[in-house]
Amino acid sequence: MAELTEIRWHARAGQGAVTASRLVAETAMDDGQYMQAMPEYGAERQGAPLKAYTRISPDPIEIHNNILHPDIVVVLDDTLLEVVNVCEGLKPNGTLIVNTRMTGDEVREATRAAADVKIATVDASDIAINTIGRDIPNTPIAGALAKVTGVIDVESLKKYVERSFTGKFSDKVIAGNLASVDRAYEEVHV
Amino acid sequence: MSWDYSGNEQWTWDQIPLGAMTLEGGTATGHKTGDWRVQRPIWHTDKCKQCLICWMHCPDSSIKVSEQKMCGVDYEHCKGCGVCVQVCPFNALSMMSEKDARELDEKEAN
Amino acid sequence: MPDVTVLASSGDQMVAEAFRQANPDVLPVYPITPQTIIVEEFDKFVAQGKVHTEFVPVESEHSAMAAAIGASAAGARTVTATASQGLAYMWEELYVAAGMRLPIVMANANRALSAPINIHGDHSDIMGCRDTGWIMYFAENAQEAYDDTLMAFRVAEHPDVMLPVATTLDGFITSHALERCELLDDETVAAFVGEYKPERSLLDTDNPNSFGMFANLGNFYMETKLAMRKAMEGSLDIIKSVGKEFEAVSGRPFEVVKTYGTEDAERVIVVMGSSIGNVRHVAKQLRAKGEKVGVVGLRVFRPFPSNELVAALKDAKAIAVMDRCETVGGQGGPLWQETAAALQSVGITTPTRDYMYGLGGADVTVQLIEEIFEDLKTLEADKAAGKVADVTYKGNR
Repeated sequence: MAELTEIRWHARAGQGAVTASRLVAETAMDDGQYMQAMPEYGAERQGAPLKAYTRISPDPIEIHNNILHPDIVVVLDDTLLEVVNVCEGLKPNGTLIVNTRMTGDEVREATRAAADVKIATVDASDIAINTIGRDIPNTPIAGALAKVTGVIDVESLKKYVERSFTGKFSDKVIAGNLASVDRAYEEVHV
Repeated sequence: MSWDYSGNEQWTWDQIPLGAMTLEGGTATGHKTGDWRVQRPIWHTDKCKQCLICWMHCPDSSIKVSEQKMCGVDYEHCKGCGVCVQVCPFNALSMMSEKDARELDEKEAN
Repeated sequence: MPDVTVLASSGDQMVAEAFRQANPDVLPVYPITPQTIIVEEFDKFVAQGKVHTEFVPVESEHSAMAAAIGASAAGARTVTATASQGLAYMWEELYVAAGMRLPIVMANANRALSAPINIHGDHSDIMGCRDTGWIMYFAENAQEAYDDTLMAFRVAEHPDVMLPVATTLDGFITSHALERCELLDDETVAAFVGEYKPERSLLDTDNPNSFGMFANLGNFYMETKLAMRKAMEGSLDIIKSVGKEFEAVSGRPFEVVKTYGTEDAERVIVVMGSSIGNVRHVAKQLRAKGEKVGVVGLRVFRPFPSNELVAALKDAKAIAVMDRCETVGGQGGPLWQETAAALQSVGITTPTRDYMYGLGGADVTVQLIEEIFEDLKTLEADKAAGKVADVTYKGNR
């Protein structure tokens, strides 16, 4: 990546968007990049729509505001497509990644995304249930992000997950998370 | 006593200790407040039962005590507030104007 | 060379790390958002035995500062942290700490003041304390929050300074966002910060002394204030020399006034805190298009670095000052007032305009900054025509 990449995350509070924003940022940092990760503070009620942000850059990041014009938008819950304009401010030729069973065309229609927006879909919730055992779509969707955008390296992501989860979670949970990354990486549709 | 603070009223900003600190303990001893007095307590030894209630109440530590006994008033520091007179249960202390007291002192001296 | 750990950290976490490495004797505190992470993390260090600090949970911020004053007068290296209403509640005690010349170090996560209730970042709280006699640093990011906190001990405890220091970081923007940060190793920091050996303390029973004396009418009060002013003025050189020393240790440059593009800039924005980066980000884009714009960011607000600011602004043709604190009814925000006075004192008459922005955490967008740079193109003519107010709101509806 030659320049600053800005990612906006949409989720409902409690779905792990903040963790995902950090997961991706810290993976990039492990690979020598500069990063920022922050939620849009205030919405701390379970289920309320919230946004989180990740910035990644090879150079120090000076700007400290909300991301209004993201390169990438990630949606962790497709019920948000009806209530939030997830494509708002998305840059030309931007990427939209959605955790959903819908097809890319269905997402494009639901979001009224511009023709130049690259749409990727992955059933990260289903993957999470089958690998981790719970509907925590944030780890697998980071794998999908790695595949679709290349903004982070999938092997670095897995290394980071393994290192940061060790000591906090059981080997089974760690293995499940790693498997979820692999599966989302393989199964994401563009 | 080793801290020389004589002439402190004339000290300039750079001569005053940091944060206007007092650099020694017990400096109140050198601060004579006896000349603030308009009236003074007179101790009547005949009525005194040595209960030391005056000593407990004096706000300026001006009741002199020796060998656990009241032995007089420190007129160098006593401000003449009269608390000792108010609290004495035996009327062993009473107030007298400074003017009268000084005249009495002079008479006794002569 | 020091051992450096790269970590993903919030500004609050970095301040907690700096406190840990300085190993204070006493930390009295009452938690308040967005400072809470600092004391939560520090409390863990206490529980883990990583510091020898006496952690004193108190019932209010007023008590926190009162306890800090007592501890510092007793000779302890004393730290605390607060924000917003908490800092406001400390206010009268802040004067006591400074007047008694106690080198307390306090982190403040700058936050709006009620009403309306708002937990987000602006400078209303800290600016309310700007005349209390505390030295004030403003961090641009989490790294600077760490660096400033470490330097603060050296500055506060310097025998020629002996004033409390507030190291501030913008609420949520800097206090909570995760950034790539560098942590120096404990030994390097311990050697840099050193030990606090007060010349006088209440617990020094061999040399008894009294703190917080009564200065009666005409007796010592003005002289004591003048001594504070002199110490505060003199502290700027010490802030700089400690900064240069830290620069040698950390490899990170330290300037009380950070400039970008001012060597040839015609239009300059003066700003503090996390927004410095935002303005620099925009200025870089505009300069790439050939626009002569510049940025002046203050890292230290007290003592006010007047000469450094004037040197950075002397060639500008139009100056915008961005204030993140209302002074309702005043001529302008605190940064504008100081800037205008600094320029006026040396006879510079360059037109200036004060922009009120980011109050209550309002987003500081690229567009907002671009608009300010655009406004500056016609500032002189607009002012002459009476078209612009001294104080202009940006980013409001």
